Amino acid sequence: MKTNDNSRREFLAASLLAGAALAGCSNKSPFTPEEVADIKPSGEMVKLLSVDGEIIEVDKAFLKPVPEMPTVTNDEARIGIPGKKFAMVIDLSRCKNLKKCQSACNHMHHIHPGQNWIKVYPMQEADHTAPYWQPTTCMHCDEPPCVKVCPVDATFKRKDGAVLIDSDRCVGCRFCMAACPYSTRVFNWEEPKVEKEVAALSYNCETSVPQKKGTVGKCDFCPDMVRQGSLPHCVSACPNGVFFFGDILEDSVTNGSETFRFSDLIKDKAGYRLMEDLGTKPSVYYLPPVNRNFPFENHEAEEKKD
Amino acid sequence: MEKSAENKIIQDLLPQEFGKQGKIWVIGLLAICALGAFAYGRQLYYGLEVTGLRDYVSWGIYISNFVFFVAISLVGSLITAVLRLTNVHWSTPLTRIAEIIAVSAITFASLIIIVDMGRPERFYNLFLHGRLQSPIIWDVIVITTYFFISLLLLYFPLLPDLKIMIAFKERNGKWLQKLYEFLGSFWKNKPEQFKITDKAINILSISIIPVAFAIHTVTSWLFATTYRPGWDSTNFGAYFISGAFLVGSGGVLIAMYIFRTHYKLEKYITNDHFDRMGKVVVLLALLYLYFNVNEFLVPAFKMKKSEEEHLLGLFTGEFAPVFWFAIFTAMIIPIGILLFKKGRRPKAAFVAGILVVVGSWFKRYLIVTPTLLHPFLPMHDVPANYKHYFPSWEEWAIAGGSLAGALLVITFFARIFPIIPIHETIIETESNENK
Repeated sequence: MKTNDNSRREFLAASLLAGAALAGCSNKSPFTPEEVADIKPSGEMVKLLSVDGEIIEVDKAFLKPVPEMPTVTNDEARIGIPGKKFAMVIDLSRCKNLKKCQSACNHMHHIHPGQNWIKVYPMQEADHTAPYWQPTTCMHCDEPPCVKVCPVDATFKRKDGAVLIDSDRCVGCRFCMAACPYSTRVFNWEEPKVEKEVAALSYNCETSVPQKKGTVGKCDFCPDMVRQGSLPHCVSACPNGVFFFGDILEDSVTNGSETFRFSDLIKDKAGYRLMEDLGTKPSVYYLPPVNRNFPFENHEAEEKKD
Repeated sequence: MEKSAENKIIQDLLPQEFGKQGKIWVIGLLAICALGAFAYGRQLYYGLEVTGLRDYVSWGIYISNFVFFVAISLVGSLITAVLRLTNVHWSTPLTRIAEIIAVSAITFASLIIIVDMGRPERFYNLFLHGRLQSPIIWDVIVITTYFFISLLLLYFPLLPDLKIMIAFKERNGKWLQKLYEFLGSFWKNKPEQFKITDKAINILSISIIPVAFAIHTVTSWLFATTYRPGWDSTNFGAYFISGAFLVGSGGVLIAMYIFRTHYKLEKYITNDHFDRMGKVVVLLALLYLYFNVNEFLVPAFKMKKSEEEHLLGLFTGEFAPVFWFAIFTAMIIPIGILLFKKGRRPKAAFVAGILVVVGSWFKRYLIVTPTLLHPFLPMHDVPANYKHYFPSWEEWAIAGGSLAGALLVITFFARIFPIIPIHETIIETESNENK
């Protein structure tokens, strides 16, 4: 988990002040006596914020970097995070096609150049209806057509709602791509162009890294980030707060700076899902593009005309 | 029947060595196969990147070729089983032709599906992690079953012929003799043996019909179980099966003509056979046309938004030339030829057979590809070459190689075994004389 986690590690390093809280991520506390025994106090004290929100002082010598996050096993990754049911809300009134979500997603998942897991569609239903931008992730359907057709259980539905892919098992038949009505799946037609260190990693269903030649890839709802208590990359990358992520069981979604009660948000803003008539039951909800923050400007189409 | 007449039949029908034409034919096919193998080597090395397939059109001519092979293989069940069980005797000389077409086509159907896989080396996962709810697994099960039933239906009627051939030791040469003895030395023409094989053939003939329907229905479900416009159709199973019987019968017409002229079998594959087979093809073409009308006219009447782009693309757009070519060559022109008595003479029927088979190949292409170019959400945020599909030379070479391979199997089979069943022909001639 090296290159993939560079920025994660930067983030972690920056938040070392929360060291006490982070220590909880490791099974072993850094303060257990046998470990402390070899370390001599330096006398230099550092102020830290504890999990309880108290400010505490710790000797600098006792601080140590957070160990590698233990990766979940394939079996655990197939079950999902207990007690959770993830959902995403995409507010179309806030999207101006900046595509920061897309670039963050591509970067963090080391997607082959040119391919995208998140697509931002210029939509216009009919001649006289209003155009708008529609970012699409995987819909993580509760009745996933892709999972139904997979012959080898390489793509699977978890209890927490995520639909993931085991690239070590995928045979590359592409039936799931034909079955998905949202065109969300991409195929690694050639050896994905990624850094050597990334390619050397062993595949993990929760990070979807590294992508492998001859297998299918797609948006995974970033369960690795969620396990750490962080938000999916697209959510945190969007400067306009288009993406809200959360847990239906907790009935709350957040884009990082704003948090809403999920049911209220959907009710107040008339949230809907894509292609409801197909019966796929997506986990991604959309808020209609009303009272928009930005006018619709399609520079891509203008460029094409030029 | 007199011994001399029997000997004449045997002499006429024993497999013959390749002549000059035959050698050129085999070398040509081998060359195409070699090119296909080379192209597949490149595909294994570089990945499916070497094909014209991309994220939107993720299935192309490999899959249409697969559908074509499965389709043409259905004729084995039609000629051997359906006609046999309905007590139709004129088709006896054609059973082996139909059955070897079935076996070689279904073999190459399985091979081409492996060629289409992104990770063919993980094929074993289908058995290790197979999930019964996936139509692919259904296909694996029924195709394997169909292959073995077809193989047995080829083998059992061959046993009495093997005994006849084993007697021609010098003519056979060393290794062929060994092969015949390996396959059939236990056969002694005993009445009990006939009783057992007759019973076995009857059971197989009955069981192959549902299995044949299953292989092509399940193949149609690979498409019909998705939501996509052009595939989301309850008509698909029947549409596929009628088309399959049509292309298979067209294939039999071609094979009949080639074997008849090449091996001088005019006495055994008679004008009457072409006449009757021609009528069968007309019937099947009309049936397939009927399902085509259902498949296209009904959605075209409604022109639902999701279907509209797809249908217009076929009728008047990008795919219109191929679409109308396929409709006319696979159905309308052959019907026009074969409806007339003159059109059912060998040469004309042969031409009609070629039209049927060529048109049907393109028809399979149209079933697979245009649908994928019309997804529900517009094609967006992908490289420009993802929005079109044209097969690369590697795909053509591999698809061509698989077709050549199927022809090679049939060719070698006809070289090694009598393509017209000798024993059954003798029996039929006898019973005709007794009448």
